[in-house]
Amino acid sequence: MSSSPIKPDFRVPPVDAVALETRAADLATRSIKKHAKERGLKLVVAMIDLTTLEGQDSPGKVRHLCSKAATPLPRREDVPSCAAVCVYPDLVSVAAQAVAGTGVQVASVATGFPAGRTDRRTKLREVALAVQAGASEIDMVIDRGAFLAGRDRAVYDEIRAVKDACGEAHLKVILETGELGTYDNVRRASHVAMLAGADFIKTSTGKISPASTRPTVLLMLEAARDHFLETGRMVGVKAAGGIRTAKDALRYLVLVNETCGDSWMSPDWFRFGASSLLNDVLMQLEKLRTGRYQRPTDFSRD
Amino acid sequence: MSVSVRKTYKLYVGGKFPRSESGRVYQPAGNTAMNVARASRKDLRDAVPAARKGLATWSGSAAYLRGQILYRLAEMLESRRDAMLQELRLGGATPAAAKRELETAIDLTVWYAGLCDKVESLLGSQNAVQGPFFNFTTVEPTGVIGVLAAPESPLVGTLALALPVLAGGNAVVALVSEAAPFAGLALGEVCASSDVPAGAINLLSGRRDELALQFAEHRDIDGLLIGGAPDAALSAAAADNVKRVRYCDLPRAAWGRVEQLRQLAWVEPFVEAKTLWHPVAP
Repeated sequence: MSSSPIKPDFRVPPVDAVALETRAADLATRSIKKHAKERGLKLVVAMIDLTTLEGQDSPGKVRHLCSKAATPLPRREDVPSCAAVCVYPDLVSVAAQAVAGTGVQVASVATGFPAGRTDRRTKLREVALAVQAGASEIDMVIDRGAFLAGRDRAVYDEIRAVKDACGEAHLKVILETGELGTYDNVRRASHVAMLAGADFIKTSTGKISPASTRPTVLLMLEAARDHFLETGRMVGVKAAGGIRTAKDALRYLVLVNETCGDSWMSPDWFRFGASSLLNDVLMQLEKLRTGRYQRPTDFSRD
Repeated sequence: MSVSVRKTYKLYVGGKFPRSESGRVYQPAGNTAMNVARASRKDLRDAVPAARKGLATWSGSAAYLRGQILYRLAEMLESRRDAMLQELRLGGATPAAAKRELETAIDLTVWYAGLCDKVESLLGSQNAVQGPFFNFTTVEPTGVIGVLAAPESPLVGTLALALPVLAGGNAVVALVSEAAPFAGLALGEVCASSDVPAGAINLLSGRRDELALQFAEHRDIDGLLIGGAPDAALSAAAADNVKRVRYCDLPRAAWGRVEQLRQLAWVEPFVEAKTLWHPVAP
C-alpha cells in the first residue's frame, strides 16, 4: 500500500518559539525531592530503551545490555526492568533470545538508520526481517530530504508503508529534530507521523547534535496531546539522545505530566532512548537509599 | 576618579569561580565585612566530577610537565606577592608573619615542582626475582583525593597538603581553612593563571564540621589527606568505602618550617604500585 484514498491535512498551528522555550525552562525549575524523586527515578528506569547503536556492537555486548535491562540493579528488587533494548537489526535475534521471559521488549532501528538514504524496497525488507527476527518495536527514520523539500505526502506514504510492514510490532518514528531546523517543522513532522499511524514519535537518532532538547520534546508532547483531543488516539513520545543525568530525566517527566497528564506517565506512552542515563539514575537511587554519593565504577559499564 | 571594588570570595571548581549552589555565605572570624562562599555538600558533589575530569588531564600529562606547571605556580605566587600578602593579612597575620608564610609557600611549591618527575624513581623499584624476568614496580596516581587543610596556617595549611597529592599525579578537592579562607581561595586565582588543568585543583570554603564527614562518606573520593589530629568518626566513615586516610598532625610551629613540610610520606599514600614482569630475552 502506498497511498490512502483520503487526502490527509498536514496543516498545523504555528509555534511560538519564545513561549515554548520559556515554558520548557519554567517547568525545569520544579524541585523534586525524597519520596517523589524516588518514584520518579524508578519510573525513569522503567521508561528507558537501553540502547546500543555502534558499529562495534557484538553479540556479547548485546547480551550484557539485555541482562542489565532485565535487572538494572540486581541487589535491589524494588528497581524495575527497563522497557526495552534497542539494537541494530542484525543483533535482534541475539537480543530476543537474551530477553525471553523477562518482559523486556526488543526494539530495532530500521529503514537505513540513521540517514534513511536507501531505497524504499530495502527499507521495507529490513523492517520485515527485523520483525521476523523477533523485534516487537521498530524505530524508523523519516526521509528528511523529502520532508525538507516539502514533500510531506511522500514522508506520510513511507511511514504508512513501514507501518504495514511492521505488522504487530509497534512503530516509533524518528523525526531527527536536529536536522529539521525549526520548531514549525518539528510540529508538522510530528503531525504527519501521527496521521500516518505512528505508535510513538521519537526525537532523534542520537547521531546528530543537537539531539533531544526539552523545548522540542515539549512541542512533540503538545502535538501528541492535540492529536489525542482531535482523534481520540494516544500516541507515545520518545526522547532520545543527549539525556545523561537523572536530574535531566526528571525534568522531562515534569514536561510529560504537565502537558499530557497522568495517563502518559507510563512506559507505554513515554520512553527515554539512552545508555549512560541508566547508571546515573541507579547512582541517584543508591544515593537516596544510603545517603552517600556513589562511585560510578561501582556500577556495571555498558 | 577611582572606585574601589571589593572582592567576593568564591569557590574554585573545575577552573571556574562559582558561588555556593546553596547561596550561603559566612563571615570568617573577625571579618564581618567579608562574605565568603559557604560550600554545601552539593558543592562537594559538583566538585568531584570536575576533579575526575581534571584528573584525566593532570595524570595524563608527563611528570616532567607537571613539575613545570607547579614551578609556574610558584612563579605566579611570587608575581602576585602583594595581593597574597594582603589576603594573608586579612586572615589576621602580622606583616612579618604573612611574609614568612608566603615565602614558605613559594619555597615548598618549588620543592614539589622538582619532586614531580622523581616520584617514580623514589617510590618505584626494580625488583630481584627468581627466574629470567625483569621485574619493575611503577607507581600510578590513586585518583581524586580530598584535602582538609590544616587550620594552623591559611595558605601553607592548604598548599602543603595539596602539593604532595598533585605531585603524585592526583586531582585535589580541598577544603581551605575555615577561620581564614582568603589566601586559600586566592590560590584558585594563582592556579587559574598557571596552566594547572581545570579541575586538577578544586577549592571549597565553608564549615569543616559540616563538610568533613561528607568528604569521608563520598564514595567517589579515593583518599583523604587531613590536616589535624586523627578523628575516629572520619576514619570510620572513610573505612566504610575503603578510602585511604592520612592525618598530618604536626605541631603548630612546624607549619612554618619548610623542611618539615617536604614530605615524601604524604605523596606515598596516594600512589598505587603496579608491578610488571617482563621476560629477559634469551
